[in-house]
Amino acid sequence: MNDTINFLLVGVGGQGTILASDVLVNVGLSAGLQAKQAEVHGLSQRGGSVTSYVRWGRVVYSPLVGAGEADVYLAFEKLEALRHLNKIQPGALVVINQEAILPMSLISGDKTYPDDEFLRSKVAQVTQQAVFIDAAGVADSLGNNRVANIVLLGALSVLLENRELEGMHLTPETWLQVIAQRVPPKYVEVNKRAFQAGREAMVAPA
Amino acid sequence: MIKMLSGNEAVARGAWEAGVAVASAYPGTPSTEILEYLARYPNIYAEWAPNEKVAVDVAAGAAYAGRRALAAMKHVGLNVAADSFMYAALTGAEAGLVIITADDPAMHSSQNEQDNRTFAKFGRVPCLEPSDSQEAKDMTIAAFGLSERFDTPVLLRLTTRICHSSTPVELGERIEPSRAETKKFPRNPTKYVMIPVNAVQRHFVTEKRISDIAEMAETFPYNRIEPGERSLGIITNGVAYQYAKEVFRDASILRLGMTWPLPEKLIRQFAASVERLVVIEELDPFIEEAVRLMGIPVEGKSIFPITGEFDPRVVRENAVRVGLLPVKAHVALSTVDVGPLPVRPPVLCPGCPHRSTFYVLGKLKLPVNGDIGCYGLGLESPTGNVILTIGCMGASIGVAHGAARAGSPERQVAVIGDSTFFHTGIQALINTVYNHTPVIIVILDNRTTGMTGHQSNPGTGQTLQGESTTEIEIEPLVRACGIKHVKTVEAFAVDEIETTLKEYTRLDEPSVLITREPCALLPEGRKRWLPLEVIAEQCNGCALCFRVACPAILKSSELDERYQRPKAIIDAALCTGCEICAQVCPRDAITFRPTEN
Repeated sequence: MNDTINFLLVGVGGQGTILASDVLVNVGLSAGLQAKQAEVHGLSQRGGSVTSYVRWGRVVYSPLVGAGEADVYLAFEKLEALRHLNKIQPGALVVINQEAILPMSLISGDKTYPDDEFLRSKVAQVTQQAVFIDAAGVADSLGNNRVANIVLLGALSVLLENRELEGMHLTPETWLQVIAQRVPPKYVEVNKRAFQAGREAMVAPA
Repeated sequence: MIKMLSGNEAVARGAWEAGVAVASAYPGTPSTEILEYLARYPNIYAEWAPNEKVAVDVAAGAAYAGRRALAAMKHVGLNVAADSFMYAALTGAEAGLVIITADDPAMHSSQNEQDNRTFAKFGRVPCLEPSDSQEAKDMTIAAFGLSERFDTPVLLRLTTRICHSSTPVELGERIEPSRAETKKFPRNPTKYVMIPVNAVQRHFVTEKRISDIAEMAETFPYNRIEPGERSLGIITNGVAYQYAKEVFRDASILRLGMTWPLPEKLIRQFAASVERLVVIEELDPFIEEAVRLMGIPVEGKSIFPITGEFDPRVVRENAVRVGLLPVKAHVALSTVDVGPLPVRPPVLCPGCPHRSTFYVLGKLKLPVNGDIGCYGLGLESPTGNVILTIGCMGASIGVAHGAARAGSPERQVAVIGDSTFFHTGIQALINTVYNHTPVIIVILDNRTTGMTGHQSNPGTGQTLQGESTTEIEIEPLVRACGIKHVKTVEAFAVDEIETTLKEYTRLDEPSVLITREPCALLPEGRKRWLPLEVIAEQCNGCALCFRVACPAILKSSELDERYQRPKAIIDAALCTGCEICAQVCPRDAITFRPTEN
């Protein structure tokens, strides 16, 4: 099983989860690997849950990651981080954006949004390799709240540096080149800064 | 050059490289992007048709005229197009004709998960199924070749995981079609005029044709044996092939790229070379039953589910259960229990112009029959279920009419979007007028095809390839159908919608209300975004605005002093300023937009 890296990305429609997985799959390809990505379009703009899968490896067959097979978990929103927590491998690498987006069911119903302590304790039951980042806050400080997705990828890029995979040649430049290709030209600079800010956040994680 | 392409992008690329000249489609997840990508290539005519039946007619006409053509649709679109698909299957064409069906196992965005391979068998046409984006491109090209070689339409069957997975693709160049020269339209009535005397002859031709294709299937390059251990042989297709490869590293595999007609000799040869034969295919036991009819012992749906989609886990755990894999292959799941979490279903967006109609319909408590589109998201509101039935494209009006004719004592309502009305709503409206039944029809005109991501339609004045065109106006069309009571109102005008609907309930004739406002996510809708505010001192937490069910209206942590109820607050990042909540608020506690000068 260790001849691939299986990423599971979860978030809420509108958070840029799909762009992040698009960057991720292309980084895999640029790093000299086979790479595949899968997601479902159609409802993602309507504030629903969004799930996306990316796989890297010397040989990759399935575009989907089955439950229990994700070894890297990138959660763009805290409630979604909890929702899919039982789908990741015990010991998986976890990166969670500390953003809360309240669903409609909270507004009309009686349920409450789970608190941070609950989230951290549940994550700790699955893995010790978890990082929490205020990516939205970092993005805001860069003057563009839409680049939080790239901040998260910046953080992820640091965490992946000690992963080894046959045939993988991955540097920060690989990431930056792909980002420059995948975002609209006028947002290339702010996205590059977002990536660097994400990397720096790993030096002193929240 | 290698590029990451989704299956849909790859099909579009393949069609372009194959020299396709004409492409027609109606948008539908997961197929929509095929035409969106194709429309951007040079030297191609690509269009949105009002429905899939028209799309297949258009593609057939182009192929009759000697140019390569395709029609693309989601799986249920082929139900709409079935009549046309069946005649095209009889006639064949002068140039390649490819019908693309994008099936949706697991119903990510569909009302059913029908397996359209059955249509290939039904129509005596070949069915090709790629397993990744590279094959999606290559097999699209192959489909055109096959179509011309055997004078048959070809069904290219994709599934959601092929359409919406991105995998590397080696790009090629466009091959200008061998039949690119404009030919004279064929004068060949025995082939193209399907009156009984000709159709009888064509039936013989198509039966011979499908058996010739079956012969060719024995050496079709996308049907291939990947030899492995003798103990287990797997026959598989489409994306299931990837899961089989992932899970069974040592098994022998027969990958079928053409799943109809089947290569009987190849299957027999493969079956004879292995000890246990298993079919791994999503949805119907289509290959399995055919193999069993050959008299070959085979397993399939006794092991793997007939419902939903597969993934490596589904394949592996079922294989472990029946002893195809050792118990040690089982992957344990984490036992973490996160308890019940608040759900996050897709909802009508903030600023959605449909929201006011659903708010009023919820209030009036009339039985509402729904249709296919974003307004399916208005299914539930805090006031309870608003929409009581949803079947398929264009069903709402006929269902409401039938219920009324059955003597339903309540006034039946049908809601249908602009694009869906053009798709198959018009005939049902005519039926209601012709058979004079007093149902209320609400046409939710948001000036686009919303759910599939803003495609143009006959009411938008734009074509797929960005040309300005005649904008078909709904109100005159409705009048021309014989409706006497029709009114177009601004979609955010809550009171006017309520007054009109109440008025309509007293009529003994059919009536139509058109609510008109661009989708809030369209560029012209976005330009109007301006967040409103709650004036906290005036809000007493009456919760009426929560009934509007807008994601931008939240419960505040501040309680009203007198009633101890949470006040409302508005999330400025989400609010578009549609003013529905402001109109509903009985205490003028929500600001309106500043009056425009």
